[in-house]
Amino acid sequence: MQSTSETFGDLRKDFPVLNRRVRDDKKLVYFDNAATTQKPNQVIDAITDYYQNHNSNIHRAVHALAEESTEAFEQTRDKVAKFLNIEDSREIVFVRGTTEAINLIAYAWGRDNVKEGDIIVTTEYEHHSNIVPWQLLTQEKKAQLKYIDIDDNGELMIEQLDDYLSTGKVKLVTFSHMSNVLGTISPVKEIISKCKNAGVLTLIDGAQSVPHMKINLNELGCDFYAFSAHKMLGPTGVGVLWARKEILEKMSPFLGGGDMIREVHKYETTWNDLPYKFEAGTPNIADVIGFAKAIEYLEKIGMDNIRKHELELTRYALEKMKQIPGITLYGTKEPEKRGGVVSFNFNDVHPHDVGTIIDKDGVAIRSGHHCAQVLMEKLNVAATNRASFYIYNTKEEIDVLISSLENVAKVFKL
Amino acid sequence: MSGDPIYTEMIIEYSRNPSNYGKIDDAHIHRHDSNPLCGDSIDLYLNIDGNKISDVKFDGKGCAICMACSSVLTEMIKGKTLDEVKKFEKDELLSELGLEHLIKTSPVRIKCALLSLKTLKYGIYSYFVDKMKDSESAGNLNEEAANLY
Repeated sequence: MQSTSETFGDLRKDFPVLNRRVRDDKKLVYFDNAATTQKPNQVIDAITDYYQNHNSNIHRAVHALAEESTEAFEQTRDKVAKFLNIEDSREIVFVRGTTEAINLIAYAWGRDNVKEGDIIVTTEYEHHSNIVPWQLLTQEKKAQLKYIDIDDNGELMIEQLDDYLSTGKVKLVTFSHMSNVLGTISPVKEIISKCKNAGVLTLIDGAQSVPHMKINLNELGCDFYAFSAHKMLGPTGVGVLWARKEILEKMSPFLGGGDMIREVHKYETTWNDLPYKFEAGTPNIADVIGFAKAIEYLEKIGMDNIRKHELELTRYALEKMKQIPGITLYGTKEPEKRGGVVSFNFNDVHPHDVGTIIDKDGVAIRSGHHCAQVLMEKLNVAATNRASFYIYNTKEEIDVLISSLENVAKVFKL
Repeated sequence: MSGDPIYTEMIIEYSRNPSNYGKIDDAHIHRHDSNPLCGDSIDLYLNIDGNKISDVKFDGKGCAICMACSSVLTEMIKGKTLDEVKKFEKDELLSELGLEHLIKTSPVRIKCALLSLKTLKYGIYSYFVDKMKDSESAGNLNEEAANLY
């Protein structure tokens, strides 16, 4: 593996795509990291190496390639466990992504544990992937889906949780660690402690948090945690579901098929041990192995340094953007309470027009509803622009965004 | 940014002051449609007198391209017969605003440009089939709308 430079500026050389020119030979400014991050050579090379030298199915055959592949695959599981400070790596289930992890819980845990009249609590700033699976479940079970609303500052109105919990009907509280639109970091410890006191399980969507801050699942005390590799330098098609062993053991399987079984007879089957009970079929072996390199890369920089770097960029961006007349910023004004995500609107220019115009300057942001239409309704907007930062972004790039926004003003004669 | 191929004076002007913007109460044809990925969302209202479109309005939320194309479409079809409107091609609409290039250059933004036309085609189809019980006149509009982009 190549050595990773300690300084943030230098590590850009590890990301080939960042050298790209786009549109009219403009330097790429990639600010769509909340959607997916770019991949360093270390990850790309590991995947190529796997296919060139080791490719084989895992967990079954006894030949050399199968042993190598199995070992590399399982080492990634151990690495993920260590990264999150989990003692038992059998609690790590590989899935396709956060969406699949949440669906797995809604299906395998939800179907056995949620009955008519029960309540599932979610929040107004969830991604569709933490709303729709619960709509499906509660509709099927005649249960209820309730929302913790957000206040004008984009923070959860946590007192509503007390009201829900006091009904005694809540089975699960499911929420994102960090909002993908507002960047708000949820009061995770407070929510978990309230739920624990009420004997209610908690599921955290960590898609936007694990890539950007140190997560210690051993200390956190939630019951389920889900995130995606591709938002943290890893490949697409790999996600992680973590749950306590006691819960996973009691849960019914999600998908049936190869690898998840112990013995199959004509009319009955016994399940494999954890985590394989939840990993039916040939998994995404190459990308899981590539994911290990992404974790190594992040560990080398240090998650606390990453958080610090993003906080600095966010503070800088918020400061600069506040000075542009006609900018509406969404989410909490306190940078410490948010991640490296800045959502905004510019006068009444539709975000797609903003996105198209600044794309000409090579600036890649996301315009749209960010798979959070419930939140868009709350904010009473059709869409927002979102710039989201990662380890390789710089203040100079934020300056490019700011001056590009001036072009939007010119085109729309603002 | 002079000579911008998308954000021409005309498009900016229409997006600021859309034509035929509003609602028709109890319209003969009312159709809602949206682009799920970008969130453009419009309602199209048509009144039919004899075989002619006597009035047309639209409202909704969308980007400048969507607003401009919806405006121009409503201007172009007002007073036309249903048969004329049935044959309306996407090129006619796009060329009116100089946006033909979007078909090749922007598979994403072409959806913004053609949402109103798609809504129109679905709307007229339903009018023939549901209200007039005349699926022959409806022709292939349903299929055309589905394959517009």
